[in-house]
Amino acid sequence: MTTDASVAPHLDAPPPKSPSVYEVPPRSLRSRAGSVLRHALLILAAFVMLYPLLWMVASSLRPDSDIFNSYGLFVNTFDTTHYPDGWNALAMPFGSYLLNSAIVVLGAIVGNLVSCSMAAYAFARLEFPYKRTAFAIMLLTIMLPVHVVIVPQYILFANMDLINTFVPMILPKLLATDAFFIFLMVQFIRGIPRELDEAARIDGAGHARIFLRIILPLMVPALATTTIFTFIWTWNDFFTQLIFLTDPDLYTVPVALRSFIDAQENSSFGALFAMSIVSLVPIFLVFLFGQRYLIQGIATTGGK
Amino acid sequence: MVSEFRALRKAPGGSGQKGRVNSRDGRAAAVFLAPWVVGLVVITAGPMLMSLYLSFTDYNLLSNANFTGLENIQRMLDDDRLVKSLTVTMVYVFVSTPIQLAVALGLAVVLDRGLRGLALYRSIFYLPSLLGSSVAVAILWKRVFGVDGLFNQFLALFGIDGPGWISSPSTALSTLILLHVWTFGAPMVIFLAGLRQIPREFYEAAAVDGASKRQQFRRITLPLLSPIIFFNLVLGIIGAFQSFTQAFIVSDGRGGPSDSTLFFTLYLYQQGFQNFNMGYASALAWLLLIIIAAFTAINFWVSKYWVFYDN
Repeated sequence: MTTDASVAPHLDAPPPKSPSVYEVPPRSLRSRAGSVLRHALLILAAFVMLYPLLWMVASSLRPDSDIFNSYGLFVNTFDTTHYPDGWNALAMPFGSYLLNSAIVVLGAIVGNLVSCSMAAYAFARLEFPYKRTAFAIMLLTIMLPVHVVIVPQYILFANMDLINTFVPMILPKLLATDAFFIFLMVQFIRGIPRELDEAARIDGAGHARIFLRIILPLMVPALATTTIFTFIWTWNDFFTQLIFLTDPDLYTVPVALRSFIDAQENSSFGALFAMSIVSLVPIFLVFLFGQRYLIQGIATTGGK
Repeated sequence: MVSEFRALRKAPGGSGQKGRVNSRDGRAAAVFLAPWVVGLVVITAGPMLMSLYLSFTDYNLLSNANFTGLENIQRMLDDDRLVKSLTVTMVYVFVSTPIQLAVALGLAVVLDRGLRGLALYRSIFYLPSLLGSSVAVAILWKRVFGVDGLFNQFLALFGIDGPGWISSPSTALSTLILLHVWTFGAPMVIFLAGLRQIPREFYEAAAVDGASKRQQFRRITLPLLSPIIFFNLVLGIIGAFQSFTQAFIVSDGRGGPSDSTLFFTLYLYQQGFQNFNMGYASALAWLLLIIIAAFTAINFWVSKYWVFYDN
């Protein structure tokens, strides 16, 4: 994993302290030994945590006969056939499930970006009747379990003949139902100086213009955080996709993997592992390149 | 969001206080809020009311809903699997959440204060919390704790012949609790951000007065971090109640062995989307909402006695 101290600069900046604190006394041998011990334990903990994932990668490259008598990570006999086998094990090549997931994810991202930023602008910058009540309701919906609405939503979408389409996964995002992101963006917009709005207003700009030309460009970090979290949550989401997608041609990755378990039980774990890994690669890439926004995103949620 | 939690506690329910409203703002708000309002009505509030109504019917998707009064509640009282699933869920929520938060807090404290490689450690510890709810990791877990899985291969090194952890009713739930603890990275990052807000001078002053590390942790870190512990606890409990994927994958959707991984949400899914008892499933959904709301309310109430806000 390639990462360094430049990641998440805001959080890594040392906390403000008085000048005297910088005069660190020379470190004693004892504290140095303590530091080595601390690193050793942390590295051990990190290794233990990642071990199952690494083992899955190693197992996907072993012949099936080796998987359940190898606890190590060293692969004796490389066997890459699990990947093509797994790719073609279901009715459709696995690529089409990846594509279906990508469509759902893309729709969800666009939906969240557009609808949540609009709502956030209203909550952060506009005065309107019952604003506080509306804001409180918005906050409460963050904590509402999806299970309370899933049955009627199913009936609603079934009546509109939209089961086995991607609409039930995407439409709610276009309607700003992921209130968590509204909240995230409201927090961000509140940090943008109002003087910028005022200056634009004096120049004759309306709210649409202020939103598009001033606020949106300045809230790119919040939009990035939203994009990344929406990607990961939608990519991983199993519950709604399991309910709304029953046609194998439309399976997304989580639902396809689930049907893979049924199909492959007791035959090839290697192929199942291989496709599991394929399904995790996009998340891993997003994590690798977007971790600054991920970590800032959850830190600001909790920290403010 | 921590400050919103505090506001919720101090003045429950937003007052409908009106700010200065000019017509231009009002019209713009109508446009900007339109998607959210439609979503609130059509996707959230409408379905909530509908599911409340369905709770008192025998709706099954095929025939019209008949109003059956309190029959679903009666049925709940006689439903052994419901009791089992509630027990399983409670154990899962109230064992895994505190352990997860304790691990998250412990590592955050160790990682805090200028440890070299902080960013790298933080990333590695954070990664599992992104993967933990995926089907792929649940598949992995099933294999790690299977009878000939990775875990038992390790135990075999020490001559221990481990059971099938996932296939044994007495241990299956523990493996899911472990999976949940494994995803401690997200609360850990929130703790780390919170620890950064604590002025270093407090610790120095305490050290000068002769306070040990342990006393500093108890007297400085814990009180000043308590709003964030509370925040993580509330959200952690709400989230854990809704866990679904892990139990579904590990038990092939059945909640076995012997219903030992029958999470409440899984039981709800079986009733609503396998048996199409949608009326009963709606009643179960409302029961879940009431349970979550009750525990959240208790949490807020108890927080008066341990959460410390300094300003």
